[in-house]
Amino acid sequence: MSKTIMSPAATSPTAAQAGAAPAVARPTLELIGLRKSFGAIEVLRDVSLRVARSEMVFVLGRSGSGKSTMLRCCNRLEEPDAGEILLEGERITGRGVNLDRVRRRIGMVFQNFNLYPHLDARRNVTLALRKVLGQSREEADARAAEALARVGLADRADSYPAQLSGGQQQRVAIARAIALEPAVMLFDEPTSALDPELVGDVLAVMRELKQDGMTMLVVSHEMAFAREAADRVVFMAEGRIVEEGPPEQIFTSPRHESTRAFLSRYSFGQ
Amino acid sequence: MDQLIQQFFNWDIMMRAWPMLLRGLGMTLLICAAVIPLGLLGGLLAALASTSARPWLRWPGMALVDLFRALPPLVLLIFVYAGLPFAGIRLSPFAAVTVAFFLNNSAYYGEIFRAGLISVGQGQTDAARSTGLTARQTLIHVVLPQATRNVLPDLISNTVEVVKLTSIASVVSMGELLHAADLARSVTYNASPLTMAAGIYLLMLWPVVRLLSRYQRQIAV
Repeated sequence: MSKTIMSPAATSPTAAQAGAAPAVARPTLELIGLRKSFGAIEVLRDVSLRVARSEMVFVLGRSGSGKSTMLRCCNRLEEPDAGEILLEGERITGRGVNLDRVRRRIGMVFQNFNLYPHLDARRNVTLALRKVLGQSREEADARAAEALARVGLADRADSYPAQLSGGQQQRVAIARAIALEPAVMLFDEPTSALDPELVGDVLAVMRELKQDGMTMLVVSHEMAFAREAADRVVFMAEGRIVEEGPPEQIFTSPRHESTRAFLSRYSFGQ
Repeated sequence: MDQLIQQFFNWDIMMRAWPMLLRGLGMTLLICAAVIPLGLLGGLLAALASTSARPWLRWPGMALVDLFRALPPLVLLIFVYAGLPFAGIRLSPFAAVTVAFFLNNSAYYGEIFRAGLISVGQGQTDAARSTGLTARQTLIHVVLPQATRNVLPDLISNTVEVVKLTSIASVVSMGELLHAADLARSVTYNASPLTMAAGIYLLMLWPVVRLLSRYQRQIAV
């Protein structure tokens, strides 16, 4: 299989950049020329993106535009066919990378929360602390209490997922991810499965994370939130990033035709 | 009527047969203690193989499960005990029973575990792996506890079947409960020991079956 083998042309610009411009701040997460196909369908076609430290980047696009696949490639839940991913300057694609070590530095929040239903909120958070970081029960419990407090659920540590509302479950999922103190957080449509009245709590937690300096890459349809909180908005169509810029510019004067079509459809609701 | 009671419910004969049957019950429990854990373990491995992403594991796993589900257990047992000696493999009755039941149980428990593994969504694995848990840790701490819980009634139900099925070990002269009862029947020329054996099976398994159907009704609501 030649999955991870890259053409010299794809790798050399990176090396050149790294050598030529060491003074430029190293991005926390960098995608270079990602490609991914499912069978005959090309889902990602040469996607490159940089997320700077403490930056919140919003990814917009119609469903099927490849944004979730791109996100899932970032921690290699989906294996890109070609391209490179750098985490804090370190290549995490290709052979010989210890994925489990990489993944503990990349937090992920899923559309359907994916909390472990057989564990209470505390143990949802402590599982990886105990098994991955090797913390003692006391250490892990203390860290979990801290993380749950950060998402406003200090008093629900003993609740099982089924006893929590969707919004609370998603906040526990965020606590589970931030407890590992990741370098970057990936959000895959974190509010899409929530009742409208529960969305606000989750967004409030994300806003606080941003204020605390967390680096975040967010796939979401929460336009108002993107406009208010994002540092940068990226628009994807047909497996490519067709436009990116500050939210004001993307929302008020989109340049690409598909961005305009997408935004006009969404502005009905606002 | 009196004769019927004499033939099936003769108290004296039952008391005389009791020590024999008790030994038989001991052997039945010993067989269970060997074949149930082995079957659960084999079933788990078969389920992991047949749900594996690797074709070279998946296909043999599925083929073996199919084979031993289709093969009647009595045929399998007699083949292992009486057929294999022709290939120079001579097993004691206990070893033959253990091997035959291991193959048969692994296939049935395997199908149940497979359904359990499939019932746990990919999202659980995604979430676990995204926090840096290894594939093995994910299986042990996230997938298996949920899979087992989801198919617990089926596992218990199959275990009841296994306990009942140990009675076929009597054909290879294992002195288990049925064999002991039948021996007592032939010595006393009276069916009461058989009645007694049936009663013991019933006493052992009926509470389990009762609890199981109550539990199943509970989760159906």
